[in-house]
Amino acid sequence: MAKPIRRILIANRGEIAVRIIRTCEALGIETVLCVSEADRHSLGAQMATRAVCIGPSSPAKSYLSVETVVQAALGTGCDAIHPGYGFLSERAELARLCEQEGVTFIGPTAAQIEAVGDKLRARSEAIAADVPVVPGGPVGSPAEARALAEQIGAPLLVKAVGGGGGRGMKLVEDLTDLDSVMDMASAEAGAAFGDPRVYLERYVAKGRHIEVQLLGDGEGRVIHLGERDCSVQRRYQKLVEETPAPHLPAATRERLLAAAVRFAERLSYRGAGTVEFLYDVERDEFYFLEMNARIQVEHPVTEEVTEIDLIAEQIAIASVQGLALTQADIAPTGAAIECRINAEDPASSFMPSPGTVTDVNWPSGEGIRVDTHIVPGAKVPPFYDSMIAKIIAYGPDRASALQRLSNALANTRIEGIATNLAFQRRILADPDFARGGVDTGFLTRLLEREPA
Amino acid sequence: MTLTRKDIEEIMGLLEASRFDRLALEMDGVKLELERGGAGLRERPSTGSGRADVAHPPLTLSSSKGRAEPVEARRTTQTAPAQPTLIPSPPSTSPAPADGLVEVKSPLLGVFYRAPKPGEPPFVEVGSRVEPDTVIGIIEVMKLMNSARAGVAGEVVEILGVNGEMVEHGEVLMLVRPD
Repeated sequence: MAKPIRRILIANRGEIAVRIIRTCEALGIETVLCVSEADRHSLGAQMATRAVCIGPSSPAKSYLSVETVVQAALGTGCDAIHPGYGFLSERAELARLCEQEGVTFIGPTAAQIEAVGDKLRARSEAIAADVPVVPGGPVGSPAEARALAEQIGAPLLVKAVGGGGGRGMKLVEDLTDLDSVMDMASAEAGAAFGDPRVYLERYVAKGRHIEVQLLGDGEGRVIHLGERDCSVQRRYQKLVEETPAPHLPAATRERLLAAAVRFAERLSYRGAGTVEFLYDVERDEFYFLEMNARIQVEHPVTEEVTEIDLIAEQIAIASVQGLALTQADIAPTGAAIECRINAEDPASSFMPSPGTVTDVNWPSGEGIRVDTHIVPGAKVPPFYDSMIAKIIAYGPDRASALQRLSNALANTRIEGIATNLAFQRRILADPDFARGGVDTGFLTRLLEREPA
Repeated sequence: MTLTRKDIEEIMGLLEASRFDRLALEMDGVKLELERGGAGLRERPSTGSGRADVAHPPLTLSSSKGRAEPVEARRTTQTAPAQPTLIPSPPSTSPAPADGLVEVKSPLLGVFYRAPKPGEPPFVEVGSRVEPDTVIGIIEVMKLMNSARAGVAGEVVEILGVNGEMVEHGEVLMLVRPD
């Protein structure tokens, strides 16, 4: 039974904590922010109604402790927990403990998190929902693997069932290497993820990462809020995201959006989620990759073109209001592009560069939005993700959004730590990127031409 | 019969779940008036301490003699949602205590208990002697009991942690005068 939400525990940090607090302020909801020792003086800690220290700097003993987070919610009288992204956001254990303790989890059910968290299971859910998947499948014995590999054809990928975000995958260019790569991948997966299972998959030479933002009411009704193109990636980490996906054929786009909705409808998905697809440019086909059962880093580009506050919708769905929006309410206009600003040094192979931000000047202006927790004097601790800000530009069309974003980055200044700001400017200035619709190999080629 | 604090909190919960803004209850000579303050009434402190002084609900309990007495000592002129309030915790980075006292801090966030079981005497009292490995309390995290130890040898001078209340990681539980 849905209950009113008056006070939310935020089990996260950084920019997303600030982002959630802002929406709660607008909704008149009180916030309790979990902080580690390293984050006691963060911007989020100052903005929240109250901050509670849940543990030492090490995330394993603070932001990743399910019991501590739920205890903090109970001890501070919170009705609900917002997990943000990363950390505990896709841990079924947290959703389940919340269910047991009568605390509202702002997100999907534990069963839904489990259904999409296991890659093999998600894949069979996709097949059942008539959503195309990459040709391939799980393999046990070497003989099984060889037979399937012949069917898929080279090149192909060996992927760890427990992997994700680009971790635990290997490319096989020649099928004679299959046996040895399989052995290695399985051993590595066992060590890294505690699960040695692997599967094979067609390797798409020229692919784009296109994903669909969804909202579900938990009772079978799902709407989409358009797609996002996140093909500018370095080692499978997204750096630039935008909506709409440039030059995507209209008919393909319609099929892609419908497929995503079908997938989530079948699960009676609750809350905000994203279905990720690999778009095979040469074949004009798309394949289901995975579903992320959380709010995503790149959600602002969708918010900019739809004028819908996705965090507010998450809270509404978890609360008594429910999902009030219908598909007819979603009418995206214009284009939005986001750059992730990371505390990392492109000149020394993108090494993280924690430290103190001695001074900072974030851009402003028409169509410009900055989501960040970094103010002059802010510390970037070495224990967490290196992303310190997202700079987003909206425009009536892609060209104007790109122009605004380029100008905004030119007016950004971050002192005291190394960042990828100049590297992002180089990406935006690239003629291929300006044309739009680059594939996931774009950044590798850019770095091969001229290292950062 | 009288209304306990727990009763009042339950009534507050009922009001909150209802679509009414105000509730007046009169029974056995006790009059209880509750009013829903609505959203967005909290104020952020300008000091930037991150701790809001959230007001208690406008709660008055009138006795049969008609003399209104505030139930809560800490009342402000602000109205607030009919909900148990967020009580700011003591500053986590308090200055070092005077007189060379040592702060014994909670090793984790949880509910602090001074005794091994309800009804039993506390592990330590003011004046107790402690060694570094003396158990001074229990921190419960989701039904898991963790011992908190003194970490210093000396005499307990002051006990700050409240039995049965949540303490944060690093919150000062007691002060010890070291040997």
